[in-house]
Amino acid sequence: MNRDCPAQTSIGKKVLMALTGLMLSGFIVGHLLGNLTIFAGREWINSYAYHLEELKPLVWAARITLLGLVTIHILTAICLTIKNRQARPVAYAKKEHQTTSVGARTMALTGTVILAFIIFHLMHFTFRVTHPEISNSLDEHGHRDVFKMVVMSFQRPELAFGYVAALTLLFLHLSHGLWSLFQSIGLLGERTLPVAKKISCAVSFILYLAYISIPLTCYFGLVKV
Amino acid sequence: MSDMNLTLKVWRQKSKDQKGCFETYKTLASEHMSFLEMLDVVNEKLERDGKDPVAFDHDCREGICGACSMVINGSPHGPEKATTTCQLHMRKFKDGDTIVIEPWRAKAFPVLKDLIVDRGAFDRIIQSGGYTSAATGGVPDANSILIPKERADEAMDAAQCIGCGACVAACPNASAMLFVGAKVSHLANLPQGQVEAKTRVQNMVTQMDKEGFGNCTNHGECESSCPKEISIKFISKMNREYLGALSHVQKSAAAE
Repeated sequence: MNRDCPAQTSIGKKVLMALTGLMLSGFIVGHLLGNLTIFAGREWINSYAYHLEELKPLVWAARITLLGLVTIHILTAICLTIKNRQARPVAYAKKEHQTTSVGARTMALTGTVILAFIIFHLMHFTFRVTHPEISNSLDEHGHRDVFKMVVMSFQRPELAFGYVAALTLLFLHLSHGLWSLFQSIGLLGERTLPVAKKISCAVSFILYLAYISIPLTCYFGLVKV
Repeated sequence: MSDMNLTLKVWRQKSKDQKGCFETYKTLASEHMSFLEMLDVVNEKLERDGKDPVAFDHDCREGICGACSMVINGSPHGPEKATTTCQLHMRKFKDGDTIVIEPWRAKAFPVLKDLIVDRGAFDRIIQSGGYTSAATGGVPDANSILIPKERADEAMDAAQCIGCGACVAACPNASAMLFVGAKVSHLANLPQGQVEAKTRVQNMVTQMDKEGFGNCTNHGECESSCPKEISIKFISKMNREYLGALSHVQKSAAAE
């Protein structure tokens, strides 16, 4: 039998989704740990940002890798979604759903909005083009004052709650994506399946709480400039 | 015996190439009837009136052949868990209910007539799986091949699949991965299936893709609609078998 290249088959594409998703989830954890230095004070987060920027070649290597992962993740998702839509040309007049979750049914939607959010987030904090008036100040060491940029950004309700909303979608995406990726690479079985679903929900919820703690504490004045 | 008045909305389609539509029928049903017997009564009346009866697949009517296939009120085989349409009883419905009856909806399962779809895609996937090598000659001693209890149980769980296609019908993506997962796993769990295991999983997945089924996105709808309660753990098993077979198949292709 003539076989396609493994990456072109249904399972091959699912594995691509899973592996890129796993690596992007790893980034989400690392990024969070860095962000949480804001609670240690201005010195910490500014020094973290300064030292990260010092590692320029590595940072750019990481950025290019992330861009590659996101691109593969999105292109594969588009491929799979088109194929899935084509697989049912006539819709049901009436269809009941039994076990599927909100997260599972909205993967394409949450994914698209998260992409838009990532682009805005980069323009906002990384390239500092959306709010230059609060993004370009320096601290007493002459380093970029990331602390001030973040706190003053999140004092604005549209930014604070916009970030919380986007992170809610990321939570939904991860709550389904995390266990799904282990299912797709064939690691789950009878005993591990229900556990993986629960852990997936719990881990994505913990990540969600940790992430939204930053805009919320800034907005409600618990972290001040 | 309490009779109930029902309104049925049934998909009617003359042939593969013609457009179909819903038609409404009123009928009386006893709570003791099976769903198919209720349809038999509808069809008898249609025939008496000189009309074309509703075409639907059925065979054993005892829940083991996998022929009956209709989506009842939005659920393949109806609302009861672990039940085929033929084993669904009218006592599960109430007087005055409206019941929507549709065929399986998938590109790979074209509608042939009314509620009957062509499930030949499943046959071709099974065929692509090929044979299992068996020793000929004298009858082997009983229990000469030892199989751990858990493996035998898992193989039997997978082998419960009756190939009805409810998994495809239920899946939001019309994916056949539960079916293929069950068929791959039942042989992959047994020593008799090992000889061709690696080419089997590759061939079956390739054929599945060729038939135009969608891809699993782990909704789990297949498992909850399966009349034999086949677990999505077999999809994971299939993925594992498939990935494990990659290097083997590429080596054998290179050798050819």
